[in-house]
Amino acid sequence: MTAAPSRPLIPKKTLVDWLGVSPFVLFALMFLILPTLYLVTGAFLNADGQFTLENIAGLFTPKILASYSISLKVSLASAFGGALVGFFLAWAVVLGGVPAWVRSGLLTFSGVASNFAGVPLAFAFLATLGRTGLVTVLLRDWFGFNLYATGFNLLSFLGLTLTYMYFQIPLMVLIITPALDGLKKEWREAAEILGANNFQYWTRVVLPILFPSILGTFLLLFANAFGAIATAYSLTGSTFNIVPIQLYAQIRGDVLHNANLGYALALGMIVITGVSNFIYIWMRMRAERWQK
Amino acid sequence: MKTQKIWAWVAILFGSTYFILPLIATFEFSLRMRRGEYSFDAYRSVFSDVQFRESFSYSILMALLTIVFGVLLVVPTAYWVRLRLPQFRPVVEFVTLLPLVIPAIVIVFGYLRLYNSSSLIPFTGSARGTDLLLMFAFMTLSLPYMYRSVDTAMRTIDVTTLTEAAQSLGAPWRTILFRCIFPNVMSGVLSGAFITFAIVIGEFTMPSLLNRPAFGPYLQLIGANRAYEPPALAIIAFAITWASIGLLQLLSRFNKTAPAKP
Repeated sequence: MTAAPSRPLIPKKTLVDWLGVSPFVLFALMFLILPTLYLVTGAFLNADGQFTLENIAGLFTPKILASYSISLKVSLASAFGGALVGFFLAWAVVLGGVPAWVRSGLLTFSGVASNFAGVPLAFAFLATLGRTGLVTVLLRDWFGFNLYATGFNLLSFLGLTLTYMYFQIPLMVLIITPALDGLKKEWREAAEILGANNFQYWTRVVLPILFPSILGTFLLLFANAFGAIATAYSLTGSTFNIVPIQLYAQIRGDVLHNANLGYALALGMIVITGVSNFIYIWMRMRAERWQK
Repeated sequence: MKTQKIWAWVAILFGSTYFILPLIATFEFSLRMRRGEYSFDAYRSVFSDVQFRESFSYSILMALLTIVFGVLLVVPTAYWVRLRLPQFRPVVEFVTLLPLVIPAIVIVFGYLRLYNSSSLIPFTGSARGTDLLLMFAFMTLSLPYMYRSVDTAMRTIDVTTLTEAAQSLGAPWRTILFRCIFPNVMSGVLSGAFITFAIVIGEFTMPSLLNRPAFGPYLQLIGANRAYEPPALAIIAFAITWASIGLLQLLSRFNKTAPAKP
């Protein structure tokens, strides 16, 4: 007979406390963490289950590098375009002196449009800028301008970037508007009293304050575009080889003829979206210092 | 000041052209089915398609199940973490953000490998099992939105005091959770529910790779094979998104005025 029964190994209260979150922990393990870990470890194993770096090296072959490169290009371009246009729209409604209904209209629409992605978005752009789309037809009939003769194609880098911007711009508007709202009038007054002109106020006061928000949101948009597949897939079929489409084909029918190389492809996506998201979260925490 | 206003209007004009033009074009295109005149034939064709009705009701059912089970997972967890395990909160917050970090296609790839018919838990071995897995997949996708809206709603109520008050009146845990906590975070639950609905209805990747007859894969299939139905479907999908997000925003505006009363 040793320890007193009043002191069990784990106190009952602690046990109950942790039992309360066990459904969540189990869910997260089963449907989030273990599936991801399985792919990550699989990327470092060969077909016989031994450790290897061959799969990672296999990513650096022309075909896969090409798909990473086109994916990066589309994501960077649509994130840059979305951030730029979104910033100006947010600036216009916050500081441009437009009526209040424009602001609430833009914000409401942005809430909807940032969620309007996937397959229907592809349909909308095909109806707009496709070969028989409204804009293409009107340009031809009204202005005698043949869009497709210029080499434009909706099923290309430019077309995909234009399409992605439809959900990128609203996302930027939604995230950056509160940051612009947070610019205090006192800062402008202080800058003016100290003799700063408008340009100096923007470059020396506003941009340094907003920089973490802008860069952070840019990275979020980038990751958002990088992981997206449905729009591109229904727009271009499997002809346009961005990474998610390549991975989709790999999951469907092992087109790389190497299951572990498929895991490495997935790992590459996780690393890219992961890094940009973590910098986003970090930047956001920095930006929040000014939003108190 | 004057030039600033002009530039602001230029930006607004440019932005609204870019946003509205595709909607007009899509609507116009969807009316073109009958040669030489505008008609709603494409919509008629869509609504009379059996596959449309089946895939659409499948997705709605999945969305409702996802919302119910998602709420049952998230609300008690968020409550318990606030009440008993505040030190565990950063971990929960981090985990709930993960679905935004890991692309959906990667998550479902992991499922297919981990839960195939020859594994320990063969979810994909049967149709019902795959449905279940798909529901968990949707729950994962909506976790960041659901958790954050519920947690935000929970921030405004004093969980500890409410619990103690209920306990001192002799309420069991079930009563505390369902009659005391739930009604108080209802606004958060509803916001999470609307956004979950919008996500689940349109999702393509997960049901497509799990081979379930959901609305997203149906849209893709129609897009590859028909000419005038896709824009009609895009208009319908936009209306659904608009309805769920519009309700969500109406709700949040309603909430902002709510704390004003004593």
